[in-house]
Amino acid sequence: MQLHTLSVHQLSELMERKELSSEELTRAYLDQISQVEDEIRAFVTVTEDIALAQARAVDGKRARGQELSPLAGIPVAVSDNICTEGVKTTCASAMLDNFIPPYDAAVAVRLKRADAVLMGKCNMDEFGMGASTETSAFFCTKNPFDPAAVPGGASGGAAVAVAAGEAAFTLGSDTGGDIRQPAAFCGVIGLKPTYGFVSRTGLISCASSLDQIGPFTRDMTDLALILNTICGHDAADSTSVSENVPDFKKSLVNDIKGLRIGLPKEFFGTGTDPRVAAKVQEAVCKLEELGAICEEVAMPHTEYALPAHYIISSAEASSNLARYDGVRYGLRVEAEDVLSMFRKTRSQGFGAEVKRRIMLGTHALSTGNYNDYYVKALKVRTLVKQDFARAFEKFDCLLTPASLATAFKTGEKAGDSLAMYQSSACTTPVNLVGVPALSLPFGLVDGLPVGLQVIARHFEEGTLLRVGYTLEQNTDQTRPKPGLFL
Amino acid sequence: MIISERDVEQLAFLSRLDLTAEDKIAYTKSLNAILDYLDMLNRLDTDTVEPAAHVLPLKNILREDKLQPSLDKEQALANAPEEEEGAFKVPRIV
Amino acid sequence: MSNYEAVIGLEVHVELKTHTKLFCGCSTEFGKEPNTQVCPVCLGLPGSTGVLNKKVVELAVKAGLVLNCKIGTYTWFDRKNYYYPDLPKGFQISQVFRPIAYKGYLDIDINGQNKRINITRAHIEEDPGKLIHSGGSIMTSHYSYVDYNRSGMPLIEIVSEPEIHSGEEAGAYLEKLKANLEYAGVSDVKMEQGSLRCDANVSVRPVGTTALGTKTEIKNMNSFRAVQRAIEYEVERQIEVLEDGDRVIQETRGWDENRGITLSMRNKENPDYRCFIEHELPPIELTPEWIADVKGTIPELPDARRKRLVEEHGLPDYDAGVITSSLALAEFFDAALKKYPDAKTISNWIMGELLRLLNARNMELSEAKITPDGLAALLELIEKGSISNKMGKEVFEVMFEEGKDPGQIVKEKGLSQISDEGQLSRIIDEVIAKNPKSVADFQSGKKQAVGFLVGQVMKATKGQANPGVVNAMLREKLAQ
Repeated sequence: MQLHTLSVHQLSELMERKELSSEELTRAYLDQISQVEDEIRAFVTVTEDIALAQARAVDGKRARGQELSPLAGIPVAVSDNICTEGVKTTCASAMLDNFIPPYDAAVAVRLKRADAVLMGKCNMDEFGMGASTETSAFFCTKNPFDPAAVPGGASGGAAVAVAAGEAAFTLGSDTGGDIRQPAAFCGVIGLKPTYGFVSRTGLISCASSLDQIGPFTRDMTDLALILNTICGHDAADSTSVSENVPDFKKSLVNDIKGLRIGLPKEFFGTGTDPRVAAKVQEAVCKLEELGAICEEVAMPHTEYALPAHYIISSAEASSNLARYDGVRYGLRVEAEDVLSMFRKTRSQGFGAEVKRRIMLGTHALSTGNYNDYYVKALKVRTLVKQDFARAFEKFDCLLTPASLATAFKTGEKAGDSLAMYQSSACTTPVNLVGVPALSLPFGLVDGLPVGLQVIARHFEEGTLLRVGYTLEQNTDQTRPKPGLFL
Repeated sequence: MIISERDVEQLAFLSRLDLTAEDKIAYTKSLNAILDYLDMLNRLDTDTVEPAAHVLPLKNILREDKLQPSLDKEQALANAPEEEEGAFKVPRIV
Repeated sequence: MSNYEAVIGLEVHVELKTHTKLFCGCSTEFGKEPNTQVCPVCLGLPGSTGVLNKKVVELAVKAGLVLNCKIGTYTWFDRKNYYYPDLPKGFQISQVFRPIAYKGYLDIDINGQNKRINITRAHIEEDPGKLIHSGGSIMTSHYSYVDYNRSGMPLIEIVSEPEIHSGEEAGAYLEKLKANLEYAGVSDVKMEQGSLRCDANVSVRPVGTTALGTKTEIKNMNSFRAVQRAIEYEVERQIEVLEDGDRVIQETRGWDENRGITLSMRNKENPDYRCFIEHELPPIELTPEWIADVKGTIPELPDARRKRLVEEHGLPDYDAGVITSSLALAEFFDAALKKYPDAKTISNWIMGELLRLLNARNMELSEAKITPDGLAALLELIEKGSISNKMGKEVFEVMFEEGKDPGQIVKEKGLSQISDEGQLSRIIDEVIAKNPKSVADFQSGKKQAVGFLVGQVMKATKGQANPGVVNAMLREKLAQ
């Protein structure tokens, strides 16, 4: 039995039928981790002892006949910017290499309550700044489809862990495509929920008006199960919404007849790899064949979304990362006086891309530049929101590539902040608006996965599930398997 | 060039970063490349557009004035780089 | 000196009276062990998220209303970015662009003249933590220690227009501000516990000119008296600088209480706070109904109460002003008045004995043991003649210290007055017999001689004779 390729609901059924214990499952995943991790490096920390203890506890509960959640006993991993009580949480930064949070993120609490088994913490771009997991202060993570290619980022480790069978599902965070792009690069499903639908409490901020936690999964059914667990109001997070969470399993409908799908032409513009565009076109044909109505739509401010996102995210990050000063936690580099201590600590603690974004954000907010950069970007955000609102008057969802191209080679864009940022052109507009978006694998180009992006209205994750599930049931393109590790 | 090396130095100081001479040159170059790119926003007339700082139209998110447990002192100080007698210790300020 | 005019603006930080902090449920109680009232939010731990305390909004609105401000019906929070070890997030959450209250005023009395000081704004912000310096002073310490118990405490900052022209006016403004906020229950306004802090922006300019001179910001003043002294010192210093042909440097200066001078705090940086909207906190919309509800909870304010004491109880305006300057004093007065309906007598005892003892011992009324009921009982004993006025003062002091019932004190100290004529008659007869000269003097017309004789009777009774009764009896006996 290839336990590390099965989906969560399949594993859950095996355990329910007592054909598999959680401990056996956990050990199987730990074995896989020990086999592939040296090569692929998806984890900053593997929490073997915690995982085995949790697995045994679940087995005990099951033996006592307790009612258990569908995630009970399932191996999960989370990006290393999601706080876990008592477990080192680093944001892949030298700044937080020794930081052990005294509290669990709201999603970590929900996972614990659902009895999911924590396998560890995943590598990422430092503080979420990057699109290749190359800015991690510790090491690069490899793409399971091609070890010379990047896994994408920032939540690259979390995408790889699912693709390489090191966890049955994972949680990452998405500020400008940081779930959707690595999902596309690694051939797994990734979803950025509506801003505010999943609590940000305990998610270490990159740009907090854009950051949102979301899952990586192997199939659409798993996605529904996990959304059922992680969505919902958190009174401790001021940006959390009190919207009712539907049962997302009900959206797993193999039917998209009459669904109106917009194809924003600006997302297919110059810069899109024609082979990727062709795959997306193939998906459009499939969707039409299945009864959807696909039409082009104009979203004229799309090209301005990326620069606006660059400014807003850098401005927010420059402020969010001001707390790393060597006083209360994290790295301290000793110095004679406080000012020198601050400067030495921050200079050694942060990597080059983080420093660049901090300085860029500082520039955008400083006296004299505030209106030209920061306020201007907020105004552009309004225009992008209006584009989406108009498109959603006519369409139930929008379909675009999740990335302009397939995974690029390690080192190809490293150090080139702008080129790296521009590789997220398809995904950044979504975060400015806060709507939910799915990244769904759709076949391969030259052995590397292609991702589709489906975008819906606020709180209409159900539409994304419906589209994804229908495609999944009617094509064999949504589960590409990496030859390398499975 | 939109910003000079001197500007980058000032940004580094405001951000509490130290830059080496090479750093300064490199950041001046890469920041200018980014700022040049961002300049495209000036093509858009946004005089009559309202800025949007928040994604969702939330308002009045409030909590009652009720006590919640604080951290234990040990937990609060557990990550402190330097601690003495229950307080976070820092080098001289002036 | 007379050629210059001082221009002063005050920035007052007032801690709001809540149970919990601005964005987290940690206690606001004063004086606890360092770092025991902290959580991920007020320690600025990575990933922490806070939620606004509703009570803070209501108290801030209330503060705005008692400062005669307009209330912002749509307001939000902003981040003020700067680095300091007591600032856990590297930014302070404040209200830069849209304060909750603005355009207010307070009327003060200066030498019987009314003067209006306009208030620019009053906004909500969070307090940083507290620094403790190893060498006692920030200038000499090698290390400092940070206690974040105070971090995230809710404050309002009240900014006046630069319309104050002397230390005395500043003092009057602060007294009025303090009294109004105290009456409204917005804050404890205790400067010694840091729940009220004041910085002063001071500049001078030649009389008759309107352009503002270069200002300095004065910090570290621990009492209203210190604010007044610091301003007076700084005004003189600046005038001297100008008279010497030098320029005033724009800087922050600290008040040194012991030396009575201000000193440059040597901050080189001209900060760029890079203020921007706090996107993690949704805006606040205050409906007219909500504001009206808050307004409904505001009690009678000092000015109204003062007027009432004058009009209803016939107190002199001065007395009424002193008594209503503090809510505790005003309530003490009202409570005593309920039991002993002689406003002027009560006022005399409050203005005389009570304030004298409070000042002498540097105490708050809440720390004194005497109760309004106790004072009323004491005044009854005096009125009945059971004790003399003088004895009353002695009893009052015991009540102030120990809080006992006045009757019991009188008994314990054997202070009760002898008014019994039979008992006194015998003693008076003895005194008359022993002092023939004084008796002769009196009878020859030197009526003041009776005083000496009363004194002798008081001495014989160890002061317990009722002097009024003794006087009357002596005169009667000597006239025979």
